[in-house]
Amino acid sequence: MTVSGTPIQLRGPVLTRRQAGAYVSLTVVAPGIPEQFRPGQFVAVAVGGEGSAMLLRRAFSIFDVKPDHGGAVEFVFAVHGKGTAWLADRRPRDVLDLVGPLGRPFPLPRYPAHCVLVGGGYGSAPLFTLADRLRGRGCRVDFVLGAATADRVFGALTARRVGETARITTEDGSLGARGVVTDVLPSVIRESQGDVVYACGPMPMLRAVSALAARAGIPAQVAVEETMACGIGVCMTCVLPVIGDDDITRMVRSCVDGPVFRGDRVRWNDAGTVPPDALGATAGVKVR
Amino acid sequence: MDGVDMRTRLGWIELPNPILTASGCAASGREIAQFFDIARLGAVVTKSIMLAPRAGRPTPRMAETPSGMLNSIGLQGPGIDVFLRRDLPWLLSRRARAVVSIAGGSVGEYAELARRLHGAPGVTAIEVNISCPNVEDRGEVFACNPLAASDVVAAVREASGADVPVFAKLSPDVTDIVEIARACVEAGADGLSLINTLLGMAIDTERMRPVLGGMTGGLSGPAIRPVAVRCIWQVHEAMPEVPIIGVGGVGSGLDALELILAGASAVSVGTAIFNDPGACMRILRELDDALSERGIARLADVIGLAHKPSGHPTSTGLGPGRPGGLSSPGRRHVLFEEDRR
Ligand SMILES: Cc1cc2nc3c(=O)[nH]c(=O)nc-3n(C[C@H](O)[C@H](O)[C@H](O)COP(=O)(O)OP(=O)(O)OC[C@H]3O[C@@H](n4cnc5c(N)ncnc54)[C@H](O)[C@@H]3O)c2cc1C
Ligand SMILES: Cc1cc2nc3c(=O)[nH]c(=O)nc-3n(C[C@H](O)[C@H](O)[C@H](O)COP(=O)(O)O)c2cc1C
Ligand code: FES
Repeated sequence: MTVSGTPIQLRGPVLTRRQAGAYVSLTVVAPGIPEQFRPGQFVAVAVGGEGSAMLLRRAFSIFDVKPDHGGAVEFVFAVHGKGTAWLADRRPRDVLDLVGPLGRPFPLPRYPAHCVLVGGGYGSAPLFTLADRLRGRGCRVDFVLGAATADRVFGALTARRVGETARITTEDGSLGARGVVTDVLPSVIRESQGDVVYACGPMPMLRAVSALAARAGIPAQVAVEETMACGIGVCMTCVLPVIGDDDITRMVRSCVDGPVFRGDRVRWNDAGTVPPDALGATAGVKVR
Repeated sequence: MDGVDMRTRLGWIELPNPILTASGCAASGREIAQFFDIARLGAVVTKSIMLAPRAGRPTPRMAETPSGMLNSIGLQGPGIDVFLRRDLPWLLSRRARAVVSIAGGSVGEYAELARRLHGAPGVTAIEVNISCPNVEDRGEVFACNPLAASDVVAAVREASGADVPVFAKLSPDVTDIVEIARACVEAGADGLSLINTLLGMAIDTERMRPVLGGMTGGLSGPAIRPVAVRCIWQVHEAMPEVPIIGVGGVGSGLDALELILAGASAVSVGTAIFNDPGACMRILRELDDALSERGIARLADVIGLAHKPSGHPTSTGLGPGRPGGLSSPGRRHVLFEEDRR
């Protein structure tokens, strides 16, 4: 597991801001990032402006990269708290400070394969550049996108255009089938003769997707979302228990060793804890 | 005036400049080396290393707070063997100066860590993180008890190479920081790092439960800078001859200068790195500019300067020509009252 490329830190003006259903998308001038970018990577964005009381960068999956203005990057986000509210107020020409591209990207299959791409909410954002690269390698791509409501399904139109098939689910039935992505995933895997599942979305969805892929006997590559303080691998905030090739569980940094992990390597039931058999676990000893 | 002389001393060690990383905020240097040449730092202070690999505390491990953050990492790390095999040689290969931070659960563990570091190439200094619970004393934090703190420092000083300065890193969560500082110095500490994080806590009002998996965490960032300044001030006032690495809330060159004026000979940058991976280089540049603008030729001239009555010529507080002092031979600048704007 290695960091791919070298992240850069830059300040660039916002080119466009658009509303996409419940989400806001910002395209920011970021020369150098498109050349290095691989699908699944993210940017870390400083929020609040100079001297802000918000010290920590916010992480967003890269939705798209463009050649405009020497290179630009687009990300899509939901307003969640103060930082994303500030970002949603940005307008063209406002300057943002970005670090990226960060994290381990989705590994691509060596030979043409049938790929099922599963996105929950804004989690579908990183799947479209992935679909492009997969199709460029002769892979078949099928989409399953879901969210609570229609306005929170991101990229349904693109999925329908790009995917061999695209199934949409919403919990309230306002778009596609009523239910959740995992209700339809087994049949999509079967009908598309899927060889691999790629997924991004909330942790409970990723856990369920990983379990379904395992049941179908195919690998899942999933992009997780853990709270991050630094995004570059120095602080050890963003860890989760992951089983290594040597079968040893380690608390692994999701910002540099992830955010993409193999679904069957993540100990989903133990996320949020340090399992007693993890390397270096000292159950009961409290340290500041 | 061309260029400020940014050299500084930590005991008998000279650093090319006073800007260091803070322990736990730059791992072992590899990641930030993607953003700048880490040999340009005064030194890399490494994440506190323990004897054995350590998995740390449950997540969430972080909460952002106003102008600060809480962390409860729990000293996750690979252990001293991996550090000596992988991290220290790498730092040396990058020509970075390494201040190795060590942490333990008992006096014996600290001493063993110092023994393992003894003679290892590339150790510029040792920083002893004593903000750890003593497993042999009902988990009381070493840094909160002058006897426990001095036991650790004495054991580390004893087990370390005589050429390697030992710095004790103190917790601000004590009634009398000068008392702890004095105990450490009397036990053989060659210098002090001030300060570690303050113990804090945040509760999620939606879930109505603590935010952090470990319940409590260490507060860092600009929110704690006044506490750092106060601790450095008090300790420098009491023991002006003891070199201090200032730590706490430094995000700009002027912040660094504030800690230096209070008495720090060097400054570690922590949380600011999370906001700006290149923070150390920017702060170094800003500090250089700030000194030039003030007509100051040597960083050494402003260490502890705030303790002098105002209008006093720049002075280190060490007295001229004192052995081990900060005056560099052949470069003495005489400043007269009129020179100050
Ligand atoms: C690798 C990665 C990719 C992501 N991609 C996207 C994306 O494409 N679109 C999108 O809308 N969101 C994405 N997120 C989540 C996004 O980072 C958070 O919604 C955002 O940080 C919330 O900031 P806030 O100030 O609005 O919220 P606050 O709750 O005020 O934030 C407080 C602190 O907690 C952290 N935090 C809060 N929620 C999250 C979260 N869900 N994940 C990580 N950190 C959090 C913040 O970074 C901040 O440091 C991603 C997260 C990660 C880790
Ligand atoms: C995520 C994190 C991890 C830390 N880990 C350590 C550590 O391992 N050892 C140590 O002595 N201090 C550790 N610290 C404390 C810092 O070195 C520093 O003393 C403190 O954060 C105050 O400085 P700052 O405000 O510049 O961050 C850590 C701080 C943070 C934020
Ligand atoms: S967020 Fe700091 S190590 Fe991952």
